[in-house]
Amino acid sequence: MKVLVTVKRVIDYNVKVRVKSDNSGVDLSNVKMAMNPFCEIAVEEAIRLKEAGIATEVVVVSLGVKACQEQLRTALALGADRAILVETEQELESLNVAKLLAKIIEEEQPGMVILGKQAIDTDNNQTGQMLAALTGMAQGTFASKIEVQGDKALVTREVDGGLQTIELSMPIIATTDLRLNEPRYASLPNIMKAKRKPLVVKTPEELGVSIKEHTKLIAVTPPPERKGGIKVANVAELVEKLKNEAKVI
Amino acid sequence: MSILVIAEHDNESLKSATLNTVTAALAIGADVSVLVAGSQCQSVAEAVAKISGVTTVLVADNAAYEHQLAENMLPLIVELAAGKTHLLAPATTSGKNIMPGVAALLDVAQISEIIRVESVDVFERPIYAGNAIAKVQSLDAVKVLTVRTTAFDEAAQEGSASIEVVASVCDAGKSRFVSEQVAESERPELTSAKIIISGGRGMGNGENFKILEAVADKLGAAVGASRAAVDAGFVSNDMQVGQTGKIVAPDLYIAVGISGAIQHLAGMKDSKVIVAINKDEEAPIFSIADYGLVADLFEAVPELTELL
Ligand SMILES: Cc1cc2nc3c(=O)[nH]c(=O)nc-3n(C[C@H](O)[C@H](O)[C@H](O)COP(=O)(O)OP(=O)(O)OC[C@H]3O[C@@H](n4cnc5c(N)ncnc54)[C@H](O)[C@@H]3O)c2cc1C
Ligand SMILES: Nc1ncnc2c1ncn2[C@@H]1O[C@H](COP(=O)(O)O)[C@@H](O)[C@H]1O
Repeated sequence: MKVLVTVKRVIDYNVKVRVKSDNSGVDLSNVKMAMNPFCEIAVEEAIRLKEAGIATEVVVVSLGVKACQEQLRTALALGADRAILVETEQELESLNVAKLLAKIIEEEQPGMVILGKQAIDTDNNQTGQMLAALTGMAQGTFASKIEVQGDKALVTREVDGGLQTIELSMPIIATTDLRLNEPRYASLPNIMKAKRKPLVVKTPEELGVSIKEHTKLIAVTPPPERKGGIKVANVAELVEKLKNEAKVI
Repeated sequence: MSILVIAEHDNESLKSATLNTVTAALAIGADVSVLVAGSQCQSVAEAVAKISGVTTVLVADNAAYEHQLAENMLPLIVELAAGKTHLLAPATTSGKNIMPGVAALLDVAQISEIIRVESVDVFERPIYAGNAIAKVQSLDAVKVLTVRTTAFDEAAQEGSASIEVVASVCDAGKSRFVSEQVAESERPELTSAKIIISGGRGMGNGENFKILEAVADKLGAAVGASRAAVDAGFVSNDMQVGQTGKIVAPDLYIAVGISGAIQHLAGMKDSKVIVAINKDEEAPIFSIADYGLVADLFEAVPELTELL
């Protein structure tokens, strides 16, 4: 079985973003970029499926600017076999990403596609579900466990009430949650080896998808500031403040 | 405007997230219908009929909808979307599971987790873990939205909508519910609790959460956790508060042994009053806490229980 994994290039999760003064967006100049943490979990899961003899090939895909190659090389160093970059300078909304990925799925015919549940920049949490709808594949979102059993997959999902297990007919789309696995680090020899692994570049035009604008960003503003409060000396003072000042207990 | 809200329920009772979502819908326009898709969910339909401002309740009652599997829900919602201008669901794991697929089949975008309705096509939503607020205009004919429930009040329940039966049944046959592990608790649900006490890595282990439960019992509070506490196996995943867990905004949030990473703050910084108990006076959580107590939690929390 071939497994397709998506990796998105996003701002590093440790960086605190700043809104640009003209309110046109957030300032991404000179900030550290990285693979979306949920995509790291997706890559790890695919590699484990390969190590377990369930997956035969792991293909990683990223969509966006040329620099996304860095994140693809990271995925190759972690153990993916080959990479595809769909290169464009245009802003890609989730629906556009899903449409482009649907074309790649048509070409590659994977048995499983693993995406992150959410990109930590847009916080959209949409692409995997959209892709499932467009391809007609069954979806296991927010997965904390994926077990392949012949032509079925058992997916355990992190839901508001706890955990839910569903059985899906293969091929499937899965999106990763935090508890699916703990991603490994790439070793230096593997980083070197990754440089020689195949990486092909395609364009939206080649895939026959025209990028349509569905939303317009009007403004980006900082959230209301929360001003820090006071330090209390002890528990008694805390209780007194909560009762008499804040009046919340 | 013709708006359809997807109700959140467990076939027996209506989840309050639906009430917040109806409020968001009413901020867009007055013609609001609500879909109740489930199995033997008549009592839910009756509860929805009482939500003020709802004109029609559409009930799709069939075994195929018992667990609201996306593969079965999508064709149903797409069918009911005909003539609608807006489709809304709460940004719960259920709403997030279903709505993007609906949007894709309608060839429109989804605008996730809206926190404000500016007009029929302009909405605000947090991005970058709440470190920025985006004002977004939809250019699509149909707007598919998920709603951050903490940003909208609950709708009143003094209405009397008509109930209509939806006959169509969609069973895609691609997915099957197997089992669920639902955390049973006598305490209020995290997302609707008025008071929450959360523990982080500083709690040390799951057993130690008992000292938070003692406070929760006195205050009628819910108990939450940081990602680190869930990852370490102290408590179950449904207790995680944050960017990628639950978003909460209670009247009082007490963070215990939590450092205050941006991903955690993203889930609780809209709480009315924030208390932090941490032994590290430099912990970032103190920068947003109304009342900070620098102390060892194993001494401070039991003392708090006693004084309440
Ligand atoms: C993609 C992604 C998504 C994430 N999503 C979330 C999310 O949704 N929610 C979330 O919470 N995190 C999330 N995180 C993790 C986040 O970055 C932090 O790692 C996490 O919040 C830290 O949890 P913590 O504060 O419990 O642990 P720590 O940062 O280790 O802090 C523990 C604190 O406990 C204090 N302490 C220790 N012992 C005591 C004691 N005896 N008495 C008093 N204080 C004590 C310490 O001083 C310290 O401040 C996410 C991270 C990533 C990369
Ligand atoms: N431009 C992109 N390139 C690669 N993967 C993407 C891209 N956009 C979204 N994805 C995938 O879809 C997941 C969910 O993204 P989103 O729906 O935008 O929150 C991400 O974790 C990625 O795995």
